[in-house]
Amino acid sequence: MILRTTTTLIAFILFGFSIYLFLAGHSAPGGGFIGGLMTSAAILLMFMAYGHRAVTTILPINYRLLISIGLFIAVLTSVGSFLFGEPFLSQTFEYFYVPVLGEKELATALLFDLGVYFTVIGVSMTIILTIADDR
Amino acid sequence: MIFAIFIPLLFACFVPILSKYKDKIHTGIFVLLIPFIIFLFFIPFIGSEFKPVYTSFNWIPSLDISLDFYLDGLSLLFVLLISGIGALVTLYSIFYLHKSERLGAFYVYLLMFMSAMLGVVLSDNVFVLYGFWELTSISSFLLIGYWHHREGSRYGALKSMLITVFGGLSLLGGLILLTVITGTTSIQEMIAQTDVILNSPYFSLIMAFIFLGAFTKSAQFPFHIWLPDAMEAPTPVSAYLHSATMVKAGIFLIARFSPIFNTSEWFFLIVSGIGILTLCWGSYMAVRQTDLKGILAFSTISQLGMIMAMLGFGTKAAIFAAAFHILNHATFKGSLFMIAGIVDHETGTRDIRKLGGLMTLMPISATLAFFGAFSMAGVPLPFLNGFYSKEMFFDVSLGLNEPTLLAADLLRQAIPYLAVLGSIFTFVYSMYLVFGTFTGEKHLDQLPVKPHEAPIGMLISPAILILGVIVIGLFPNLVNESFIAHTAEAISGKEVHKHIVFWHGFIPPLYMSLIVVIFGAGLYIYRKKWTDIYLFIPGQLSFNKVYDRFVEGLETYSAKITNSYMNDSLRRYVILIIGSIILFTFITMISTNGFAFHTNDLADFSITEVIVALVMAIAAVFTIFTRNKVAAILILGVVGYGLSLLFILYRAPDLALTQLVVETITLALFLLCFYHLPELQPRDESIGFKTTNGIISIGFGLLMTLVAVSSHSSKWFQPISNYFVENSKELGGGYNIVNVILVDFRGIDTLFEIVVLGIAALAIYGLVKLRYNKEAE
Repeated sequence: MILRTTTTLIAFILFGFSIYLFLAGHSAPGGGFIGGLMTSAAILLMFMAYGHRAVTTILPINYRLLISIGLFIAVLTSVGSFLFGEPFLSQTFEYFYVPVLGEKELATALLFDLGVYFTVIGVSMTIILTIADDR
Repeated sequence: MIFAIFIPLLFACFVPILSKYKDKIHTGIFVLLIPFIIFLFFIPFIGSEFKPVYTSFNWIPSLDISLDFYLDGLSLLFVLLISGIGALVTLYSIFYLHKSERLGAFYVYLLMFMSAMLGVVLSDNVFVLYGFWELTSISSFLLIGYWHHREGSRYGALKSMLITVFGGLSLLGGLILLTVITGTTSIQEMIAQTDVILNSPYFSLIMAFIFLGAFTKSAQFPFHIWLPDAMEAPTPVSAYLHSATMVKAGIFLIARFSPIFNTSEWFFLIVSGIGILTLCWGSYMAVRQTDLKGILAFSTISQLGMIMAMLGFGTKAAIFAAAFHILNHATFKGSLFMIAGIVDHETGTRDIRKLGGLMTLMPISATLAFFGAFSMAGVPLPFLNGFYSKEMFFDVSLGLNEPTLLAADLLRQAIPYLAVLGSIFTFVYSMYLVFGTFTGEKHLDQLPVKPHEAPIGMLISPAILILGVIVIGLFPNLVNESFIAHTAEAISGKEVHKHIVFWHGFIPPLYMSLIVVIFGAGLYIYRKKWTDIYLFIPGQLSFNKVYDRFVEGLETYSAKITNSYMNDSLRRYVILIIGSIILFTFITMISTNGFAFHTNDLADFSITEVIVALVMAIAAVFTIFTRNKVAAILILGVVGYGLSLLFILYRAPDLALTQLVVETITLALFLLCFYHLPELQPRDESIGFKTTNGIISIGFGLLMTLVAVSSHSSKWFQPISNYFVENSKELGGGYNIVNVILVDFRGIDTLFEIVVLGIAALAIYGLVKLRYNKEAE
């Protein structure tokens, strides 16, 4: 009971932290890799607290598909540079004014990092769930 | 000329189609046309006005390999032998092989061989020559193994293949060296550069390589062992390949290159020495055989030795005699093989102990055999060609120049005696062959088939050959000026004139011939008394046994060597891999003087770092010596977390974070698989094994330390990290340099790293989920 209650809290904190790590990666410690690991740690915690069935109903995610999606995003962003006549994997960035947050920098590298992020979640969850499901 | 060479090969493509109708018409009848046409094509070249013909076709010009064909007297002799005897053998095989045999395969192989052999003797380009040379080996292999359901055929085919290909490859080595030295691939141009070859440092090597090739092909001592086993082939094949053509390829090679080599005394010493040894050994061993074809095989060996010896003498008369004997041997040996085949065909056996008294039953074959065998023995009768070449052989063996080398001089003095000795045995086995088969008691009850005379078609070919024996015997000068003289000229490179007469007067060669006949007859009549000699020489010492033991030994020892290190133990392989890494890196380090150690580039270190490092080291040591697996996992975790601490100390927050999380996950995974991990029980391992492990691991650690220290101490270039520090904001748009490098500057690495992760996950998924039960299958 204590575990479940705290998990509700901690899982959200972890999610938040992982998304922060992911977004902040470009200018502060963090990035897609560590962000993805943190997210999967949060999901894992939910698995441990609520059990397999409950979590799969809340988060009906096929993690193997997530790997493919992540790789797809990464490849797509790299190929995307061809559209602008640049070599493979050229990244660019621009500063945008976003109404609420003020002036913000958005880089295509972030999209690439998103691919990394998804892949890492997919990989770690696939490995852990497969091994845990066994026997 | 090029068409003459490739026609058999082209025609071989149609043989399988023609062999579909073999029930109605024997495939050999179509094939017969081919050698006959070639023979007719080359016949007009004979004549005293003969001039060499040269044609060339581009094949691989960039490597200076072209289809150069050169027809001189030497090639002409061989071309006529190949096509002429080829036609006769095909005719003979039509009656010899039953229609139920695989005729298509037989004639394809035979035509392949014919093309190859024509190519060998006509090629002027050494590499084309080599190509055809190997094709003769391959087609001979196929022909010997024609009845592949027999154990003996397969054994014989394999043996001949191994030995002739061994020689063929060494020939290739010799030819490559020749090409490198002279800068040309044409044999005639090489002959023009004889001094260059004679003075080159590789001369002895070239000679050894080429001689090996020639001796293995021509079944010279001690490589003669494949020829008796090749008698498992159908008799037309034995008659064609193993008496008239292929075994003379080595003779041809020596003859072809003799303008280059024959000025060297080693040429005389080796070629004549081996030749005369082969002559004596082959004729001696032939008497011991009980199989008709076995006798003929050893007789071929000894006759080839005789030709080889004469080529080695190098005098004009000797070369003439050799060329003459090549022709004579092809005629009488081909006919004798065919008669042996007839006897085999009509009685069902080739064992001379079961045969006897066939003269009255097979009168024509018997007559032909008498002529052939007497010619082979060199009996002084004026209508047999074998006598002329044998007497020339005696004559030239007496008239050798005095060489300067001591060994060569000894050989020169021994040669006449050895020649007589070999000829005595030649006489004995010739008599044994013909009288043992056709006279004496009949053992009709022992024969599988009731003997009767062969069909007339089968007798045509040997009859034509015997006719050749007699015609050349009666009119030896018929082939002299117009034909053999050109051959001798091509071999020696000088003009050769010789008049062949039967009666020389009372000169030493005649006495030698008489000695041969008298002693031979005596030895033949009293042969029962001295056959015990074979118990002592060779007795147990047979070269077949040496070969068998060598082949077996090669197999067992290579299996032993492979099994000695491929023992399926991963530990062993790891030791081998790491051990060789240590060895080679140490050797490289020492030999290039690569070790360097400077202290001027070291940073300061704090007490914290020392403590962390110490803790990690202690943990690592504990991991090795702990007996508890949970403890081992946890202590390993200490090392991992220590590492992330070190990352923090060295200001690498991204690495520290990742290391922390990854270490946690790995620990979790280890614990998940806890039950499956092996027990850390002390194993019963020998002290030697443990010490090896210890030495290897300490050595590897030491090596890596040395490499790290040296590479740190020798920085040759400025690191490129400054560029990243300066440009990460401007070009990448981020302050986190590590992350900018990962996704921007070096994004492709990251891309494939996540692919690796994905593959790993899918592999684990596959391994766990797709697990078949062995029992369920």
